[in-house]
Amino acid sequence: MIPELGHLALILALAMALVQSLWPLYGIAANRPAYQQVAAPAAVGHCLMLGLAFLALAWSFYVNDFSVTYVADNSNTNLPWFYRLGAVWGAHEGSLLLWMMELALWSVAVVCASRTLPREVASTVLAVMGLVSIGFLLFTLATSNPFARQFPAPAQGRDLNPLLQDPGLVFHPPMLYMGYVGFCVAFAFAITALIHGRVDAAWTRWTRPWTLAAWVFLTIGITLGSWWAYNELGWGGWWFWDPVENASFMPWLVGTALIHSLAVTEKRGIFQSWTVLLAITAFALSLLGTFLVRSGVLVSVHAFATDPSRGIYILSFFAIVVGGSLLLYAARASKFAAGTEPVSPLSREGLLLLNNLFLVVAAAAVLIGTLYPILADALGMGRLSVGPPYFNKVFVPLTAPLVLLMGAGAAMAWKRTRPNALMSRLWTPAVIAIVAAVVLTGLTVGVSGLAALAGCVLGAWAIATAFEELWRRTRGSRWMLPRQVLGMALAHIGVGVFVIGVSLVSGYGGERDVRMTPGDTVQYAGHAFVFRGVDNVPGPNYQAREATFDIYKNDRQVASVFPEKRKYDQSAQQMTESGISSGPFGDLYVSLGEPLADDAWTVRIYNRPFVRWIWAGGFIAAFGGILALSDKRYWRRRRRRARAGRSDEAADGQEVTA
Amino acid sequence: MRWRVVVPVAVLIALVGLLGYGLTRDPHTLPSAYLNRAAPTLALPSLADETQAVRLADMAGRVTLVNVWASWCVACRSEVSELAELSETTDIPVVGIDYKDTRDEASRWLRRFGNPYARIAFDESGSTGIDWGISGVPETFVIGRDGQIKDKIVGPVTAEVRRKRLVPLIEQLKAES
Amino acid sequence: MTHRIRCFFVLLLVCCAPGLCLAQAAESLDAASQARYHALIAELRCVVCQNRSIAESDAPLAGDLRHVVERQIRAGQSNAAIKRYLVDRYGDWILYDPPWQRSTVLLWTGPFLLLAIGALLIAALMRRERSVPSEATIKVGRDDHGDRLGQILADDRANRSEPKQ
Repeated sequence: MIPELGHLALILALAMALVQSLWPLYGIAANRPAYQQVAAPAAVGHCLMLGLAFLALAWSFYVNDFSVTYVADNSNTNLPWFYRLGAVWGAHEGSLLLWMMELALWSVAVVCASRTLPREVASTVLAVMGLVSIGFLLFTLATSNPFARQFPAPAQGRDLNPLLQDPGLVFHPPMLYMGYVGFCVAFAFAITALIHGRVDAAWTRWTRPWTLAAWVFLTIGITLGSWWAYNELGWGGWWFWDPVENASFMPWLVGTALIHSLAVTEKRGIFQSWTVLLAITAFALSLLGTFLVRSGVLVSVHAFATDPSRGIYILSFFAIVVGGSLLLYAARASKFAAGTEPVSPLSREGLLLLNNLFLVVAAAAVLIGTLYPILADALGMGRLSVGPPYFNKVFVPLTAPLVLLMGAGAAMAWKRTRPNALMSRLWTPAVIAIVAAVVLTGLTVGVSGLAALAGCVLGAWAIATAFEELWRRTRGSRWMLPRQVLGMALAHIGVGVFVIGVSLVSGYGGERDVRMTPGDTVQYAGHAFVFRGVDNVPGPNYQAREATFDIYKNDRQVASVFPEKRKYDQSAQQMTESGISSGPFGDLYVSLGEPLADDAWTVRIYNRPFVRWIWAGGFIAAFGGILALSDKRYWRRRRRRARAGRSDEAADGQEVTA
Repeated sequence: MRWRVVVPVAVLIALVGLLGYGLTRDPHTLPSAYLNRAAPTLALPSLADETQAVRLADMAGRVTLVNVWASWCVACRSEVSELAELSETTDIPVVGIDYKDTRDEASRWLRRFGNPYARIAFDESGSTGIDWGISGVPETFVIGRDGQIKDKIVGPVTAEVRRKRLVPLIEQLKAES
Repeated sequence: MTHRIRCFFVLLLVCCAPGLCLAQAAESLDAASQARYHALIAELRCVVCQNRSIAESDAPLAGDLRHVVERQIRAGQSNAAIKRYLVDRYGDWILYDPPWQRSTVLLWTGPFLLLAIGALLIAALMRRERSVPSEATIKVGRDDHGDRLGQILADDRANRSEPKQ
């Protein structure tokens, strides 16, 4: 009964989405304000219906209703309850439902903020989001109904893919999807701008917080995903350039470009059409990611079960949404002519233009690398693979200049900067960066590799310039910096921390394969690893063999790690749980291989210096985004406008830069 | 001005076209690296008799099927009848490569499921399998009169594959001088 | 449809569980060779579990290929020779690091071509802008929307907040 109610709620959600989009669009075309106002209540109803459907599916998981095929395929009575709830989005159908529900949540957020928006703008934005939702609801109902039943119901489920049985599953997909879907809001604002023919300071001010919010979610989602892969896969890596990872990385790169280009458009009133195009592209790449993950067009680590008919639907949907937007753009973009004001190479907008160039080319490089195997096949050039070595080689030259520019960017003034002034501001952070990088590596891993040191200097440069900016701004009388400034500095510091982490872990990391019997000691990375033995430890739905390793440094025990080899009852799948001893300056990571004769085991020991800095950087950057989002200029302005009507957008007294 | 409008649309069309093409392809199946090149050497002891050697060269000048199988491979059972029928109707020999197996189990398997092979080579270490570039068991290679690999079937030979893909190819290869 | 999906899934579960199946002999290589070995197997794609390198895959065939790599390293073969050996058998597909050849020209140059084009566009934009005498001057393109552009900018300056219909 509950699953049928869920199914019904999905159908009603489709009806609501139709009302949310078609009615207001007609209202705008026919200039009937009352019709436009339907969008907000319809969006709320749409969200409620999807929420009901979601609860119905979660309930089916909670009570182990294996007559629902999706539940039977992805759950098991022995699965702990939090994984059973996480399993709701553990496979294709449920994750689609999560996608749509988060889209509906974003719509409701727009409704909440819409009191400060002109009526036509709010209702057009909601209508566009409703159109996107219609596409996904039709897709779900037609090809991927999560509530499909099977009779007779099996007594036991097949269990959730053990790879997904990690706390990461509970947090990573919802965050990631909030990011993906969040770009739909920026997209909807872009379409609204095209429909109403208006891209001005007010428009950018509405669009910026939404873009920033989506970016924050995506940053957290990607960071969590990387952390999850590191912990769960047991390969000691934090990024694999897998198509699924690339699918989330491309919108992130373009979204980052969008945040910066919105700043220019707001401040200088230039690059309007470019900004609109970026907003369309960011969401288009989110949709493309959905296609890549769900169509089976590429081989991937964690692609969902694949089916070409789904692929055809999503591809058509992608073509319609993006094609329609680009046609609208083609018809209207000429209104927002470029080049109305000069752009000097030595100005903040000039540097932000370069920032956009590098970010967009980086996204294009990811796209080229991801899709090139299909292209080569299509052109009859044979099958080939594009893997991490390619991306690493191409990405460093594309992103290193970006970080270099990032440091200089904050020191640039809008419109024009005198070279002397720039130099006088930048030489101190440059010297500090070099000294700090040498000291940091010297004290921890030792200065040897030049490339890793250069990367470290680059990261330190990003951090030093951000602090210089903060220091310069607080030097005067203003101790309370606008949060937007703080947020920007923090985000750039996060990038610096990330760059240091990446440089050092790839420059100094290593691994070693050894054969060990209980009692053996292996020296590696300045530590002694003593293998104590292996015990059998039963888990809720698996049997584990847990090894104990004591780690010594200078004859003093510093840690014990307990890597496991798990065999899941239902699927008989073997999983490796790594044992990780982590610290601020590096991890020691032990993976258990195979048992050999005489109680011996193959063991792989990884040295991962500074690997935590990678995720710390991601979280710092995301926190910077949150801080910028909380800047009162977004909120105060809203209140004031709500009070004073819609007349004072011009007043931009605050000297706030982004 | 024009460019700014044309380029995104062109990129989209190219992208959709490419992805649409990608949907028609299975990314998991790989063609043989030897396609239209001379087949790698096959020189292994016979399954039945260690002292005897099985060579592909023995079949020189004939269209031949080389089938990699193993007694532990469940999917291999289903193709035995297809291979037998193919060999009979087209009158070509099927050379088996018994991949990473034991002689006892392989013999038992042949007695139980049938033996469609003219010769069976015994690849105990699996090194010949790697030489032939196999990615799993079963795989079937079609060798032309010139000793070149003309096609590779990944997975079991089904009745459909036999009728639509193998028989026409073999007839064509036999017709070539 | 569902059947096909299940088949795929079962296949995935059986052969592609993430795990470690280490070539136990590799430990007897000296440190430099072991580093080379690890670098090399991380660049070779597993033909069974096609989404990972043979370093990460626990498919039996991946183990065999690791042995091949190890034996060849022991025999003093160069990385290039080992890769050639495998490409002869499995094709370019097995290399995660696509070699520079005719079929990969676009792959390797594509991003940098785009970068160059973008840089030229930006340079052109900046040069054009610098020749504009004053920022107040509105540059109108050849397009026939020029007059409307001026209109919109005027609207902007007047800070109309009512969206244009």
